[in-house]
Amino acid sequence: MRHKFAAAVFAGLFSMGASAQVEIQWWHSMGGALGEWVNDLAKDFNASQSEYKIVPTFKGTYDESMTAAIAAFRSGNAPHILQVFEVGTATMMASKGAIVPVGKVMADAGVKFDPAAYVPAVAGYYTAPNGQMLSFPFNSSTTVFHYNKDAFKAAGLDPEAPPKTWIEVTQAAAKLKASGHACPFTTSWISWTQLESFSAWHNVEFATKGNGMRGIDARLTFNTPLHVRHIENLANMAKQGLFVYKGRANAADATFVSGECAMATGSSALYGNVKRNAKFASGISTLPYYPDVEGAPQNTVIGGASLWVMSGKKATDYKGVGQFFAFLSRPEEAAKSHQRTGYLPVTIASYELTEKSGFYKQNPGTDVSVTQMIRKTTDKSRGIRLGNFVQIRTIIDEELEQVWAGKKSPKEALDTAVKRGNEQLDRFLKANK
Amino acid sequence: MEKRVRFKSRWLPWVLVAPQLAITLIFFYWPAAQALLQSVMMDAPFGGSLEFVGLDNFRQLFNDPDYLASFRTTAIFSILVAVCGLSISLLLAVMANRVVRGERFYKTLLIWPYAVAPVVAGVLWVFMFASPMGVIAFWLQAIGINWNHLLNSNHAMTLIIIAAVWKQISYNFLFFLAGLQSIPKSLIEAAAIDGASPWRRFWTIVFPLLSPTTFFLLVINVVYSFFDTFGIIDATTKGGPGKDTSILVYKVYYDGFKAMDMGGSAAQSVILMAIVVTLTVIQFRFVEKKVQY
Repeated sequence: MRHKFAAAVFAGLFSMGASAQVEIQWWHSMGGALGEWVNDLAKDFNASQSEYKIVPTFKGTYDESMTAAIAAFRSGNAPHILQVFEVGTATMMASKGAIVPVGKVMADAGVKFDPAAYVPAVAGYYTAPNGQMLSFPFNSSTTVFHYNKDAFKAAGLDPEAPPKTWIEVTQAAAKLKASGHACPFTTSWISWTQLESFSAWHNVEFATKGNGMRGIDARLTFNTPLHVRHIENLANMAKQGLFVYKGRANAADATFVSGECAMATGSSALYGNVKRNAKFASGISTLPYYPDVEGAPQNTVIGGASLWVMSGKKATDYKGVGQFFAFLSRPEEAAKSHQRTGYLPVTIASYELTEKSGFYKQNPGTDVSVTQMIRKTTDKSRGIRLGNFVQIRTIIDEELEQVWAGKKSPKEALDTAVKRGNEQLDRFLKANK
Repeated sequence: MEKRVRFKSRWLPWVLVAPQLAITLIFFYWPAAQALLQSVMMDAPFGGSLEFVGLDNFRQLFNDPDYLASFRTTAIFSILVAVCGLSISLLLAVMANRVVRGERFYKTLLIWPYAVAPVVAGVLWVFMFASPMGVIAFWLQAIGINWNHLLNSNHAMTLIIIAAVWKQISYNFLFFLAGLQSIPKSLIEAAAIDGASPWRRFWTIVFPLLSPTTFFLLVINVVYSFFDTFGIIDATTKGGPGKDTSILVYKVYYDGFKAMDMGGSAAQSVILMAIVVTLTVIQFRFVEKKVQY
């Protein structure tokens, strides 16, 4: 009895000790297997030291957690760390009072922090024009080309020689269709893959001011002859049943994984899903391009999300945040995350570590996204950072749907999308004077 | 004889209505006032740059041809949802009212969809209509209809109307059934003895006596289709193809909660509020005259 009592007192003291830890709230949008990854990261960090405790909370999809964080911030209950998708970046950057730059958090926490250690094409996107890193590049992906090797074999195509150019994609699609495939080619995230990454990949601007990277007063420019030519090409493919539209956002992903569609452009992070759920051999290749365009292929743009630090917390809390980011940046941790999820490596050291371990040789295709990104970027290809980007992407969805439905010509649709998108940019500029 | 209740004290009636007043004030007038205030403001999502912009938000809306087009879309959607919803559930209620055995079983099944959240209802119908794997899309394919709600506007509109009506049928059904059961049997029997056919009995006796219920449901259904259907649309068409199923309330939801444009979203909800208030007034002034209590 007495022993039990003593044990209880001891346990009580112990838990008091535990509650003296500084708790750091982290709101994220990683469901399913990715949610387990986030929880494991928190668990490993919490076990690695005793001062701070990271508490991850799943807050729904990216836009849901952002809405929740905005409401929480306005009522003074914001989390310490918020995961924000790439299209929300300009909004976060403009919300100067609401965020603390990661560069400052790291400096204040006294953690060794070298911005040059991070992959430039990734970290550059989250860096202010003055060179300060604003958010932590947590999970970045890019656009790649997925294809079904079994379907290629059945259509008499070489499964080890995926199409590299759009002409080859059309030819492969025709062969797949002839072999009985109802959906030879589809795409997820149409704006991201067919206009944003397409622009960077061909080294042309999607918007002025270096795609908005140099200032928020950018104008959209994705109605150049090259863009019109590409959408015309896709519209022709749609007419012949070679390209099948499967809906907005990532709705098309499921049709590739199920085997319904044989080729798909989409996120490199689809790799994990395909590996786990697809009942066929699949391959990853680089995004197709037009070989007659000078400077193509350049590099693709990133997607995914980064971690933002919210303002208004205690200095000791920020120390913990800094420690946690330093933990995530350790080469072995970052390499582990990259290999587990298919997201891009955060630091150059983690990429080298992964390469040395032979991971890319054992898992062919996983290096495609990395090689597309680890290149010297240009002013036109560094990334696309625009205000009201969520709306602009929806406008592009809406206008391109008119093209696939045969109601508008590609030129007409792109012109309207640019006009309507510019109105959104004007509005953003007005709200963030 | 005086029918009004007289209270001895002056404040007792106020105390008695206070809870209801408080609820109305907190849950209706306060948010409505907030929406009015926000509709003339512009603010960054995280706050900090609140600025009075007058009628800018409204001006922007009415300069947008897509916004004007969505009035037409909303009218088509709402009329079809109300008409289809009311007629189907009236038919079901009349049928259920005649069932003698297993009555409870049928009723439970018919009331069930009301317990389903709008988003889930939307997802269920999308699954069934998903081309080419969905059950219904598969049947349609067999009879030569190539279903594609992703690119065909009429298909998309049909899909959201089916989902919205299905979701609301239970509610309508419940009220119609209660209304039918309160109609005195003797009236119908008397008409039957006079030789009136079932069809005539329904239109000359049952339907007029049901009119208070029908009127109430009309108001409720119009409000439902105007306000409560954004979840269904978000889960099925997201307003597409193009903007062809983007009804007013969906744009309110999208601009406010996805695009974080609070001012623009508030301006739209003020307009929406004005429309629904006008519609309700019209319904009470003109349609109610035809109602026999």
